[in-house]
Amino acid sequence: MSMDTKRIVTASINGAEISVMADNRMSLLEMLRDAAGLTGTKEGCMTGDCGACSVMMNGRVVDSCLVMAAEAEGAEIETVEGIADGKNLHPLQRKFLEHAALQCGICTPGFLVSAKALLEKNPDPSDAETRYWLAGNLCRCTGYQQIIDAVRDAAAEMRSSAK
Amino acid sequence: MAAFTHPNHGKYKVIGTRPIRHDGEDKVTGRARYGADVHQPGMLHGAVLRSPHAHGRILSVDTSRAEALPGVRAVATAKDLPELPDKVMASGEGIENQRYMSTRILAGEKVLFKGHPIATVAADDPWIAQDAAALIEVKYEVLEPVLDVLKAMEDGAPRLHDKITATLMGKKEQVDSNVCLHTRFQAGDPEAGFAEADLVIEREFRTKTVHQGYIEPHHATALALSDGQITIWTSTQGAFAVREQVATVLKKELSKIKVIPMEIGGGFGGKIPVYLEPLAVLLSEKSGKPVKMTMSRADIFQATGPASASASRVKFGFKKDGTIIAATFWAAYEAGAYPNIYGMMGAMCVLAPYKIPNGQVDVYDVMTNTPKVAAYRAPSSPQALFGVESVMDEASKALGIDPIELRLMNAAEEGEQRIDGLKWPRIGMIETLEAARDSAHYKSPAPSGPNQARGLAIGFWVNAGMQSSATVGINMDGTANVVTGSVDIGGSRASMAIMAAETLGLKAEEVRPSVGDTDSIGHTDITAGSRTTYATGHAVYLASLDAIEQMKPRVAKLWDCDPAEVVFEEGAFRSTKNGQEPMTVRQLGPKLPATGGPVQGQGSLMATAQGSGFGLHIADVEVDPDTGKTTILRYTAVQDVGTAIHPAYVEGQIIGGATQGIGWALNEEYVHGDKGELLNTGFLDYRMPTTLDVPVIETILVEVPNPGHPYGVRGVGETPIVPPLGTMGNAIAGAIGVRIRELPLSPPRVQAAIAAKENAAGKTEAARETTAKPVPAQS
Repeated sequence: MSMDTKRIVTASINGAEISVMADNRMSLLEMLRDAAGLTGTKEGCMTGDCGACSVMMNGRVVDSCLVMAAEAEGAEIETVEGIADGKNLHPLQRKFLEHAALQCGICTPGFLVSAKALLEKNPDPSDAETRYWLAGNLCRCTGYQQIIDAVRDAAAEMRSSAK
Repeated sequence: MAAFTHPNHGKYKVIGTRPIRHDGEDKVTGRARYGADVHQPGMLHGAVLRSPHAHGRILSVDTSRAEALPGVRAVATAKDLPELPDKVMASGEGIENQRYMSTRILAGEKVLFKGHPIATVAADDPWIAQDAAALIEVKYEVLEPVLDVLKAMEDGAPRLHDKITATLMGKKEQVDSNVCLHTRFQAGDPEAGFAEADLVIEREFRTKTVHQGYIEPHHATALALSDGQITIWTSTQGAFAVREQVATVLKKELSKIKVIPMEIGGGFGGKIPVYLEPLAVLLSEKSGKPVKMTMSRADIFQATGPASASASRVKFGFKKDGTIIAATFWAAYEAGAYPNIYGMMGAMCVLAPYKIPNGQVDVYDVMTNTPKVAAYRAPSSPQALFGVESVMDEASKALGIDPIELRLMNAAEEGEQRIDGLKWPRIGMIETLEAARDSAHYKSPAPSGPNQARGLAIGFWVNAGMQSSATVGINMDGTANVVTGSVDIGGSRASMAIMAAETLGLKAEEVRPSVGDTDSIGHTDITAGSRTTYATGHAVYLASLDAIEQMKPRVAKLWDCDPAEVVFEEGAFRSTKNGQEPMTVRQLGPKLPATGGPVQGQGSLMATAQGSGFGLHIADVEVDPDTGKTTILRYTAVQDVGTAIHPAYVEGQIIGGATQGIGWALNEEYVHGDKGELLNTGFLDYRMPTTLDVPVIETILVEVPNPGHPYGVRGVGETPIVPPLGTMGNAIAGAIGVRIRELPLSPPRVQAAIAAKENAAGKTEAARETTAKPVPAQS
C-alpha cells in the first residue's frame, strides 16, 4: 500500500473536474467505476473486443478498459452519465427506448456513447455507415436491428430539429 | 397472409401495445445497477486460482505464501467445504448431484477441466488478491484429457470419475464409464417402417461447443454475519436458485440466506449455475467482511457452462408421397466434467416437429474434460434439429416436394403423441408453416445468381412451466404495484405490468412492476425455459384476480349491496342488480382505507400447461467462393408466439435468438489445443455476430393462443435459436452445391468444401489452393 504504486489522477469527467487516487495497474474503466463511482460504463471483456466500456476521451471514442487511469491525467472524458442534458434525455436515449433497442441493457451505455460520436461526425448516416461505425460494440440480445433503427431515427429527429 | 387470427384479436386494451419499459430510463442513463455495480463499505475483493491442466490429480495445495502476503484477509480451498451426499437435487433448469457440486465449485482430489477452481483468496484490493492467488503452490499429476464425445465413449478412454451413478435406459446403476445418461424413446417398429419406405436417408452430423456469450461477466458479492445470516448480491437468472445452490453446497438453512438479484446483463441459460457465490460467502465467513468476486472473460469461456458439442446420426424413411414412415436418431452430447442431462433434452426435441409412426431415439450424455455444460437457449434442440432439418431438405429435393409442403404434410398437431410420450395440446406448427408459405419472402423468387440459394428449417422448444409467485398491491390512488420473483432479463417487467393492467382495467403506466429479492416474494423458479411471461405472468394474473375479489366487498359496502351482486367486467366493478355507475380501480383506490384497509393480491402456482413453441426461418444467402464467407441477403423468422403481450419485445426475442443461431451456424466454436486447453478465450477469436454480420430479420408473429394460460401466452424466447442452424446449412448447401454436415459453416470450412468439390470434379485451379484450417473466422 505504498504511495509509489498509486498516483493522483485529475480529469474532467462529464464537465466536472475529478481527482482520484489510482493504482498504477488501474484502467480508466476501473477509475471511472470504482474510484469515481460512475458505474454506468460497463465491463464486458477487459480486452477491447466488446465496446461495453466505450467512453469519449478528448473527442474520440475509446475502450476505457484499454486506457490506463494514469493516461487520463488532464483528459476530457464523457461517459453515458453525461449524455442526457440534465433531466432531458438525449434523442438517442429516447429512441433506444421507443424502438426497444435494448433487452438486458448491459451493452447500451457503450452503444449510446459510440452512436453519439457517430452523429456528431455524420448527422445522416446510412444503414451501412451506422453498422460499420457500431461494429466494435457487441450486443448478444437484440440482433442489432432495433439499435440501428433507433440511431438513424434519432439522427433524423436531430436533423429536423436543427433546421 | 396467415389465415389464422387470434380469437381475442381486438378485445384486449393493453395486451398487444408497446409501452416504454418501466426500467428503461435507468438503462439508457447508466443508473441501472448490475452485479458489478455493487459496492459495500469495507468490501474485500476475491480472486480464484484455477487449474492450468484439463485433467490431473491434485497432489498438494500450499496456501502459506498467499496467506502471508500483506492485505490478504482470507484463503479457502476444497477443505473448507462440507462433505455432501451422493444425492441428486433439482438445480434450476437441470439437475445436479450434490456430491459433484462442491468439487465443481472447488476441486479437491482432481481437476477435470482447464480453469477448474482450486483455491480462492480475499484481499484489500483486486490486485493483491490476484497476486496472492498466484502465490498458491499446487502440485499435480497431469493426466491425459479426453475432449471429443465419441472418443470419450471408447473403452480405453481416460476416465474422469472412478465410478459414477448413471441412469442408463431408465435404470440407475454404478458404472465405470464416461457415459452418465442414456435416454431412449421408442414408437412403433422402426425396422418395419424403414422396410416400407421408398426413400431412406441416413446422415452423420457434428457440432462444436459454443458459449452463451452474455456481455456481462459473472459477479457475486456476499456478506456473512457472525449470527449466520447471509446476504448475496448477484447477477443471476434465479435468485431462489442461487439461494438453494449456496444452501446446499455450504449446508445452510434457506431462511438464513437472502439473495438480492441485481440487474442482469444477459444469461441465455448460462447464469443459472452458481460459480462465485459460494466462494464469496466462504471468504466473507472467514474474513468477517463483505467480499466481491468477479470473473474474467477468459475464465467465463473456459470455466463456465457452455452448450454441448454433439455427434449425431439421423435416419429418415419416406413414402413416395412424402409421408415420414420411420425415423431414428442416435447422438452423443458433451456433458462436460460432471454428470448432466442436456442430451436428454435433445432427445425430447429431435422428432417433436413431425408425426413419426415408427421411431427410436438414443441419446448419450458423455463426460469430457471441459466445464460442465449449462443450459443455452432451447438447450440441445439446435444440435438435434440441425441434422433432422438437413435430412428433410435432402428429402424434399429427392422427392420433388416443396420443403414447406413436405413439413406441412408431416406436421405435429394437437392430439398426436410425441415420441417421449407427451400428447400434444393445442400447438401452432401448422399455422406457422402456413404463415411461412404465405409470406412475402417465400412468395418472392428464390435468389438465382451464382452461389446463391434459399434455405429454410423448423425449430422447436418444449418451453417450461415451473413455480412462480407474484403480489399485486393496490395503492391508495388506485394505481398498482406488482412484485414477482422473476429476474427480468429482457423486458419482462413491462409484460408483467401489461398483464396486471389488462386484468385490473388500468394503463400499463399506472402499474409499477419490480423484481423482488428472496425475502420479499414467494418462491419463484429461474428466468429460463421461456417461462417468465407464461408462468410468472399467470401468477400476476392470479394476484390481480385475488385483488379484485378482495375489492368486491369494498364496492358492495359503498353501494350498500350484497357482494355477490358486484362483478368486475370490462375494466370496472359493475352491479348486476341496481343501476350503480361502474367504478374503476382508480376510483375505488382512495376509498380503500375507509372500507377496510389495504388490498394486496397474491398469486402463486406450479405452472404445467406451457404451450410448446414452433418457428420456421427462411434465408436467402450468397457464398463468396474465394473466401467461403456467407452473406445473408434476406431473412424471415416466423413463429407461433401464443399471444404477443408486448410485441416489440416478442420481436426482439425472435430477432436476438435468430442472431445467436446464425452465429452458432456460421462462426462460433470452441477451439482446443492438444492438451485440452481452450485456445479462443476472448471475443476476438470466439467470433460472435457483429452489426456487420446480420441482416435485417423480418418477423412474422403467429398467434395460436395457449389454452393453458388466461391470455394465451406461450414461451417465445428459446425457439428462435433453433432454426438458423438448419436454415443456414440448407441455404449454403444449395448455394455451393455441396452439403456440409459439420458446424460451424465458417469461411475456412466452406472454402475447403468448395475446393474439395472442385478437386473432385478435376477443376483444380492453382490460384484457389486452399490454405484453410478449421480455426475461428478472421474478423
